[in-house]
Amino acid sequence: MNKELTKHFAQGHSSCAGCGFPAAVRTILGEAKTPIVVANATGCLEVTSTIYPYSAWKVPYIHSAFENAAATISGVERAYKALYRKGKIKGRIKFIVFGGDGGTYDIGLQSLSGALERGHDFVYVCYDNGGYMNTGNQRSSATPYGAATETTPAGKESFGKMETRKNLMEIVNAHRVAYAAQANVAYLQDLKKKAKKALETEGPSFLNVFSPCQNNWKFPTSQYVNVAKLATETNFWPLYEISAIGGSAYGGENGKYKITHEPSQPKPIAEFLKTQGRFKHLFNEKNNPVIDRIQKMVNEEFARIVSLTGE
Amino acid sequence: MIHSTKKLALTGGYAAALALKQIEPDVMPVYPITPQTPIIETYAKFCADGEAETEMIEVESEHSAMSAAVGASAAGARTVTATSSQGLALMNEILYIASGMRLPILMLVSARALSAPLNIHGDHSDVMGARDAGWIQIFCENSQEVYDKTIIGMKLAEKVKLPVMVIMDGFNTSHSVENLEVLDDKTVKKFVGEYRPEKHLLDIENPVTYGALALQNVYFEFKIDQEEAMGKAADEYEKITGEYEKISGRKYGLFEKYKTKEAEKILVIAGSAAGTAKDAVDELRKKGEKVGLLKIELFRPFPYKEISAALKNAKEIIVMDRSLSSGSKPAIYSEVLCSMYNVSSIKTSSIVYGLGGRDVFKKQIEQILEGKFNGNYLT
Repeated sequence: MNKELTKHFAQGHSSCAGCGFPAAVRTILGEAKTPIVVANATGCLEVTSTIYPYSAWKVPYIHSAFENAAATISGVERAYKALYRKGKIKGRIKFIVFGGDGGTYDIGLQSLSGALERGHDFVYVCYDNGGYMNTGNQRSSATPYGAATETTPAGKESFGKMETRKNLMEIVNAHRVAYAAQANVAYLQDLKKKAKKALETEGPSFLNVFSPCQNNWKFPTSQYVNVAKLATETNFWPLYEISAIGGSAYGGENGKYKITHEPSQPKPIAEFLKTQGRFKHLFNEKNNPVIDRIQKMVNEEFARIVSLTGE
Repeated sequence: MIHSTKKLALTGGYAAALALKQIEPDVMPVYPITPQTPIIETYAKFCADGEAETEMIEVESEHSAMSAAVGASAAGARTVTATSSQGLALMNEILYIASGMRLPILMLVSARALSAPLNIHGDHSDVMGARDAGWIQIFCENSQEVYDKTIIGMKLAEKVKLPVMVIMDGFNTSHSVENLEVLDDKTVKKFVGEYRPEKHLLDIENPVTYGALALQNVYFEFKIDQEEAMGKAADEYEKITGEYEKISGRKYGLFEKYKTKEAEKILVIAGSAAGTAKDAVDELRKKGEKVGLLKIELFRPFPYKEISAALKNAKEIIVMDRSLSSGSKPAIYSEVLCSMYNVSSIKTSSIVYGLGGRDVFKKQIEQILEGKFNGNYLT
């Protein structure tokens, strides 16, 4: 394998074939210009990369629990500040957290909020695969409306998850962090640029990275890039960035949203939904209105973001 | 050589903050809870006045306080925190992670009752709930002990690579002003020494993975290693208290024996009520009663062999616990029974006292020692 590519995160970890996060992790870490220390929430990335006595991490790494990755990095970052001031540590170090959507949108939301508010110098990366995949596909607050999971199965009385996704980007933005962006593992050049900006930001920054789970979304392992691409081509997962009021000017004017990749002709949402087994039940005739509703939600959310770009 | 000391009148909370300042921690994540607040407020003022250089992190919960402590300690920083009651209960998950990672975090606990019903006053329910979490637990009787054992506890944690809880009674000790002697900064600094971890997260040249996934093939061995370290911690504690005696003139041990020589009845107790119990023992000794007291200091690891040796000549042992173990026997009583298993002819009894801050008086302890109190609950 390419040595440069595996400089921080080695080959030989045990994530599934066709999993989205290894490419996201390598791309983000590849943009670091300084040494880095990684904290990781419990989840697929952690269990597949640290099976004792092996570790895929070639950078210092800590996993503590599910809900506390942002609190953990808070301690690491302040330890760095204290020891740097005392001359015990030399040079700049940047801190990065990786957490899944369960560890970020749900159980880790409080510790994320606390760390953002306190202004620690770190990048928080959420790899969003829309559910608790490590425990076998249960719904999270990031699970899309209409998706069937083990805890929101489709059935006679159910079309899968009946609630809309939590808008984490808006929650993060409410903390007025200097830089927050939504990216997609299928668009590595775009992710690279955003990782660079996030890493250059002083203080907290946030990346929400779309990361398909072939096993629980139910699509062939060869298709993860195509599936992820369709999420953006249908405007289900817009690629955009936010610079907060009072934050640094990376990526746009203060308080402005900037769309970094806009499909010229957005595809219908059904194009994305039909690639995955988790939405298969929506294509029964009785669930057709659900697809219409999803299309409406996608259109409205995209229009909202466009309106915030000031264009 | 005993170093110059200063006599002060301080609350337990202030005494703890003062000892912490002299230890010079690098990081102190904190979240406020009564009756721990005097510790963190006093410390924050030290920082604000430039008397301490610690990075205080005002986190958003105790769960995050312990999580940040884990991160800071794994990053090679001398790390301390403080909590009480619900806060300790909320930390519970991460207590096990701190000890499992062998991180020498020092935590002051201002011990308090647990909800429900809500009660902010002192008892030992919170710390007893954490007794199997892999932390060394040291009880304090008064402000002097809080000051001394904070210093001892930090050195012990870093020596044996295990986290340490130094426990004072909420309000009774944390908020009561008592006279104590304190050492000068230099003496404490020299005694505790500089913290030099073998491995840490900020050692960029030698990257380490903390918190790996250990499966059926290795998890068990990790836990056995941890247990062996805990077993050895008692010896280290005794060594360190011995060294501390040389600089302070104050002697601590696994426990304190108070007038136990030829005592027929021995009362076993931990925390601030030991002071009251000593007065009761004195009173009864004056009357010619052969009574004594054994004050618990090191509760984890529990010194079974030594306790057994100290109690074996008594005819009766009465254990007073300030917590309940619902559906079981109270914590200290269970440990004492376990110690005395092979010395079974001794009569033992258990009394629970002081829950939710209920006062215990000298007269009551005298009645207990005189056999005039029958019952399990001293209400």
